[in-house]
Amino acid sequence: MAESSNIVRVTGVTKSFRLGKVEVQALKGIDLEIAKGHYISIMGPSGSGKSTLFNMIGGLDKPTSGKVFIDEVDIAQLDAYELAWLRCRKIGYIFQTFNIIQVMTALENVTLPMIFAGMNNDAAVEKGLQLLELVGLADRFNHKPFELSGGQQQRVAIARALANDPAIILADEPTGNLDLNTGEDVIALLKRLSQERNVTVISATHDFKMLNVSDQVVWIRDGRVDKIEDREELSISIGQIGTRE
Amino acid sequence: MNSDQIIGSKKNLLSRDRLVVLPFLKSIEIALKSIKVRFFRSLITTMSLVLAVSFLGFISVSNEVANGLLATQNPELRQAVVRSGYDLGAEDTRVDSSPKQRWIVILSLLVCVVGIVNAQLMAVTERFREIGTMKCLGALDRFILRLFILEAGMQGLAGAGAGALAGGLFSLLNAVLRFGTVALIEVSWTGVFFSVGIATGVGCLLSLLGVLYPALVAARMQPVEAMRVEQ
Repeated sequence: MAESSNIVRVTGVTKSFRLGKVEVQALKGIDLEIAKGHYISIMGPSGSGKSTLFNMIGGLDKPTSGKVFIDEVDIAQLDAYELAWLRCRKIGYIFQTFNIIQVMTALENVTLPMIFAGMNNDAAVEKGLQLLELVGLADRFNHKPFELSGGQQQRVAIARALANDPAIILADEPTGNLDLNTGEDVIALLKRLSQERNVTVISATHDFKMLNVSDQVVWIRDGRVDKIEDREELSISIGQIGTRE
Repeated sequence: MNSDQIIGSKKNLLSRDRLVVLPFLKSIEIALKSIKVRFFRSLITTMSLVLAVSFLGFISVSNEVANGLLATQNPELRQAVVRSGYDLGAEDTRVDSSPKQRWIVILSLLVCVVGIVNAQLMAVTERFREIGTMKCLGALDRFILRLFILEAGMQGLAGAGAGALAGGLFSLLNAVLRFGTVALIEVSWTGVFFSVGIATGVGCLLSLLGVLYPALVAARMQPVEAMRVEQ
């Protein structure tokens, strides 16, 4: 696939919420193009509309106006079944709170999306074990989430996100609940997977550790794209990043 | 790996045959697991059902016993039945559940349904995050609905079965203590099994009825809302 093709295209997206009687505009017209295989960080202070934008890209929420295209498909046009299929096959989600299904073992968590995708059980288990090995948890496949540390749970979540070979991995503050070292490990793992598998990683974050590995950083401020920086520009301005916030 | 599927074209994405699935056996497995993991909680949810159904079972098996004794046309046994609290007219050869009895049973079943709805709504709230996660992984509304209904069905079957058996046994025990072993000889066993079966069936039905609304709430929930819940 050509590097230049866009996996995600967002045009003129606005989103308003009603908070009580007040109409709040979380997004005020966002245009964004994300190239396939890139590692993108969406940065911004809390309340900037970062998470809202993130949910739009993930097909978890629909824009008030404007369009979101994933793989050149307008997600507003999809019905519930197609949206479910999109979530299952095209997008892998990683959350700040891991969201491992508590009643299932690590392996069962990883195989669930594959079951949804119609894979038979044996093939799913085999692939699940491979994925757990990939994230370094091969010997813990039979553990329940409460027997795993935060970093390990997040690794299970990463393996689960990769289950159906998605084109996009959406990571919402993946390091938010992890300590410094574990967070770095998780970031490195995401970066490696993104490169090895040509998966587009989009992460909403305010973790500056993310910047080092990002191909592109999208700064969101007050519901608009403040600026988009590529990797090269970033290393120059990195001294100022700390003072930005 | 199957990289062709990653780079699905627009047509692939929109085609109808690309549906997410959840095989029935797998849903049963997940439902069983959920019950097992939250065993204590499931037990409490089921308890009100067990009690209500055992009451129903007790009443109807007791009636069977009384009918069996009356069918002997032995005046002494008839006296014993009257003494045990049944209002019998001079000509009556059967006891049928009196309106009062029926109302009490219906009331207890109603209370039980309300209890189940309450407990299941709590369970849904507790599992918001789990449901939302499943939806993010591609689960359809109907998977969630199915999981909840399966769980309730299993709980219902186990709870109602246990309740009906307990009620029936207790009723028979009570009959033996009151009338002697003649009660066990004269009672129509098909009637007893029938009563226990009906009580079990009613219990299952109530369990499913009770979970319907909570399951709909769970299934209709948007994944974003689920993710917003702090835990």
